[in-house]
Amino acid sequence: MAAAEGSGAGGSLFPGLADVSISQDIPVEGEITVPVGSHSPDEDYSTLDEPVKDTIMRDLKAVGKKFVHVMYPRKSSALLRDWDLWGPLVLCVSLALMLQGGSADSKDDGGPQFAEVFVIIWFGAVVITLNSKLLGGTISFFQSLCVLGYCVMPLTVAMLVCRLVLLAGAGTISFIIRLIVVGAMFAWSTLASTAFLADSQPPNRKALVVYPIFLFYFVISWMILTFTPQ
Amino acid sequence: MAAPGAAGGGRSGAPAAEWGGFEDNMQGGGSAVIDMENMDDTSGSSFEDMGEMHQRMKEEEEEAEGEAGAGEEEEDGEFLGMKGLRGQLGRQVADQMWQVGKRQASRAFSLYANIDILRPYFDVEPVQVRARLLESMIPVKMINFPQKIAGELYGPLMLVFTLVAILLHGMKTSDTIIREGTLMGTAIGTCFGYWLGVSSFMYFLAYLCNAQITMVQMLSLLGYGLFGHCITLFVTYNIHFHSLFYIFWLVVGGLSTLRMVAVLVSRTVGHTQRLILCGTLAALHMLFLLYLHFAYHKVVEGILDTLEGPNMPPFQRVARDIPAVSNAVLNTTAKAIALTL
Repeated sequence: MAAAEGSGAGGSLFPGLADVSISQDIPVEGEITVPVGSHSPDEDYSTLDEPVKDTIMRDLKAVGKKFVHVMYPRKSSALLRDWDLWGPLVLCVSLALMLQGGSADSKDDGGPQFAEVFVIIWFGAVVITLNSKLLGGTISFFQSLCVLGYCVMPLTVAMLVCRLVLLAGAGTISFIIRLIVVGAMFAWSTLASTAFLADSQPPNRKALVVYPIFLFYFVISWMILTFTPQ
Repeated sequence: MAAPGAAGGGRSGAPAAEWGGFEDNMQGGGSAVIDMENMDDTSGSSFEDMGEMHQRMKEEEEEAEGEAGAGEEEEDGEFLGMKGLRGQLGRQVADQMWQVGKRQASRAFSLYANIDILRPYFDVEPVQVRARLLESMIPVKMINFPQKIAGELYGPLMLVFTLVAILLHGMKTSDTIIREGTLMGTAIGTCFGYWLGVSSFMYFLAYLCNAQITMVQMLSLLGYGLFGHCITLFVTYNIHFHSLFYIFWLVVGGLSTLRMVAVLVSRTVGHTQRLILCGTLAALHMLFLLYLHFAYHKVVEGILDTLEGPNMPPFQRVARDIPAVSNAVLNTTAKAIALTL
């Protein structure tokens, strides 16, 4: 009634909107409720009061769990969800320490060697992360750094084995053993990181993301393989 | 005229009343239409509104303070000093927090924006990359028609990194020692310096010679030209025959140079300009391959000594002796040089 009159009167001025009837007689009512999550008792528990041992043990357990995930690469989201950079830092520092002093003149090349390895690992990981983001990946920056850092673990184990083998002697047989060990660990690292990172890419571009990871671990493996102690 | 106008005005009054109700819904609270400007959003896109909000907050605070101060003044004179001080302190703290937050937000925003600028250049498929890699070795025949260059940065970037890895391998197997620097730093600096520096220089020359090419296309062209370098160096760092290197240099390097030259020629008008551009590119490309092979590979000790003499420059490469390997390589290299000379 009033709506029809209104639309009739408005039809001459706004011909395109003649079908629209805006009525002010019918009130719009209802309820909009936003579901509020109930406060679980854990939220009120502050971690400031717990003993230091608990804090450290919790973090150590998280790091340990991630190491296990790297050793048996399954498609689990635990590595991605709670990222942390403790593991990569420890691995990177230990690898760089073990690779130090591997060149002839220790007074010249002992210094840069540590910085070299450190910088290679971190800048390489940053470049791979940027590349995967630019190719349309859904993974976040630090999650990717976390995965790439943790997957250096097989190569650190390979470095340990190489050092032990080199203690026994540096002949052709030891070179072959080292080659096999480093090759196997390199393949393991690449597969482990691919299992986590390739899922976040569109399916037809997995090869584009895997290649830089392959190159990254190849460079690290090469540094491990050509290490000769003095 | 007046009557229809009045009638029109009357008629417009009625819809205006209805439309007026509609307008109220758009602005006020309790409506379903969300006004994006007034959303309390701390993302980077609305930090101008944060500034407005902060300004409003500040004004409200001042008003409240002024009222409170005026109210309290009569009551207790000595409290005015404390309240005034607290108000000022609170304001300063709020101000500082907002400054820090704004700085962080703008920094994060600019970082994110920079990544997004590069995103369209990485929009490739693996088959495309493979096709372009193979095409970079095939010179085009049609130079009267401007050839298409894909403005893509993924392939060139990966090729530069591959070249760095191959260079590292070459330096390690030839046991070059670099004082005052690191192996990795030198390899990365050389490869990236070549790619970016020569691309910029060629772009500048192309600008002078009126060639139709953009910076990204130049980067892409030169980057894909490094594919030939990668192949050559990968083969010749492992098989140490100088004659083999020269063959590879001419054939593989020549093919990729010819392709780049043909593409540039198709995009330039005029003989002199074509000559300048293509001559420069060919020279730089071939000389770079020569430089990579000889500078980062085993250099016979005698040549180094005679060239440099007593005053050693700070950046030098000294061949190191590992008896088993180096003797065999030395002998082979010496024989190869003797053959070629």
